[in-house]
Amino acid sequence: MLERGEVANSWRRERWESLRLLTPNWQTRLPGFHYQGPEPDGYMGMRELVAFISRYAADAAAPVRTQTTVTRLSRQDEGYHVATTQGDFHCRAVVLASGACNLPSVPVLSRAVPASVSSFSPFDYRAPDSLPPGGVLVVGASATGVQLADEIHRSGRPVTLSVGEHVRLPRTYRGRDVLWWMEHAGVWNQRWDEVDDLTRARRLPSPQLVGTKERATLDLNALTAAGVRLVGRLAAVRDGRALFSGGLRNQFALADLKMNRLLDTFDEWALTHADAADVAPPERFEPTRVPASSPLSLDFQKGEIRSILWATGFRPDYSWLALPVVDEKGHLRHEGGVVVDAPGVYALGLPLLRRRKSTFICGAEDDARDVIAHLASFLDARRR
Amino acid sequence: MAMATVNNGVNVQALLDAREALKGAPEAAKFTWRASCKWETGTHSTAKVKGFFGLGQEQQHKTETTFSADHPEVFASEDKGITPIEYVLVGLASCLTAGVAAVAQNRGIQLRSVESKLEGKMDIRGILGIDSDVRNGYDDIKVTFKIDADAPKKDIEAIVAQSQKRSAVYDVITNPVNVTVEVI
Repeated sequence: MLERGEVANSWRRERWESLRLLTPNWQTRLPGFHYQGPEPDGYMGMRELVAFISRYAADAAAPVRTQTTVTRLSRQDEGYHVATTQGDFHCRAVVLASGACNLPSVPVLSRAVPASVSSFSPFDYRAPDSLPPGGVLVVGASATGVQLADEIHRSGRPVTLSVGEHVRLPRTYRGRDVLWWMEHAGVWNQRWDEVDDLTRARRLPSPQLVGTKERATLDLNALTAAGVRLVGRLAAVRDGRALFSGGLRNQFALADLKMNRLLDTFDEWALTHADAADVAPPERFEPTRVPASSPLSLDFQKGEIRSILWATGFRPDYSWLALPVVDEKGHLRHEGGVVVDAPGVYALGLPLLRRRKSTFICGAEDDARDVIAHLASFLDARRR
Repeated sequence: MAMATVNNGVNVQALLDAREALKGAPEAAKFTWRASCKWETGTHSTAKVKGFFGLGQEQQHKTETTFSADHPEVFASEDKGITPIEYVLVGLASCLTAGVAAVAQNRGIQLRSVESKLEGKMDIRGILGIDSDVRNGYDDIKVTFKIDADAPKKDIEAIVAQSQKRSAVYDVITNPVNVTVEVI
């Protein structure tokens, strides 16, 4: 196992201070390893998570070579050549487990933002003090965007949140964590080869969730109540002005409809499953409130917005792959983790790699088992 | 399955086939829509639409359509056609309605009637130059659908939401687009 830094490196260095996992502690499981502390319904902060993963590494006695950055992966003879900062390797099979969130994905239109407004990505952001005083435009209303909008707004910097397509979820539903439902009602186990529109499902934004002691819901209504101003999707930056889409109402409608459809499937499942025997009655949530007025543009010259936080997602970094395995959109071409056109190359930890839970910590086990079974039979066939 | 008996007159299969075919042929997906316009007199003009470009070649509508536009008598015009800004409502209504039919067909929902009313609110102090803080065009557009179909209300709402999500006119109204106007 080659690790560019230390075990749990990205959790140590590429996350903001207040971040907690979206999954409750009982659900934060690795093969043969689970949370044993006093708060199964809590959510791990980064320090706890780093300790958890480090203990797992020690427990599993995984042969991790730390401080070893892979700089190039290329074909060599019947296998692959791995160039690293600590020397080269030759191998017959490779598992790419570097994840889907190596780099912040910031839209091209960000280049048109005047220099007087400072830009931050979630990788630059540690805490509200990372930002200058004054108004903040947070672009993107997925997990990162809603969490940071809330935190920054509470720091006294008035936040405007630009909202495009998003996934609304309550933190708890019928008394259980919503991710309990995702797991138990079978949503998380839906396989990549059973999903209707795989491309779209893999691009699905992360849900509007936060892990807090209060198990609070952090949807747009909660942000509105906290005083965050909602505007439409950032459509363009022109002549020093941000222009927002007028389609906010429909974004709300779509997210509310999708959430209710998901809750319907939970309710339906609960009718026939003993796991759900003691859950509270069904509930429905207030539709997303449409602001009485929502600006369609903001003038950056006026000084109202001093900084922008681009919570517009992340992308993998495949610049080190000297293999023809990445499509024109920068996505790895793979079939359930079996990389196409590179026999012996596999992937783990990508969105809906094999299941809807693929990018959650507890999703690693089943995916790894399937992918490694394929890898083992590949190596066996070679040996014969 | 119910799908087989549903007929909203939309060839969804052709659309799905096109979607598949164009995935591998992004150039063919590039369309150019055209209109030409001629001033008559006063605020009256006549616009014509016939040809367009798409699927890699010139295309033609079956017939040429002519649109008259003018201003109403309350603007001291002769009202020889609807106002240009009303054509925007026509475009939006038609686009969303077509989307409703296509999405309903794709979801196996039989439509019996789809009616809509559109209202665009505009403060004419903008175009008259009375107040520079007032924009020229619509500041609010409301579309109200009345749909009779074999489906519960939430499914109908989902169809209408999806039709907005995939509507070209809705997009071009709600999002900015680059416009170049030249004189030759």
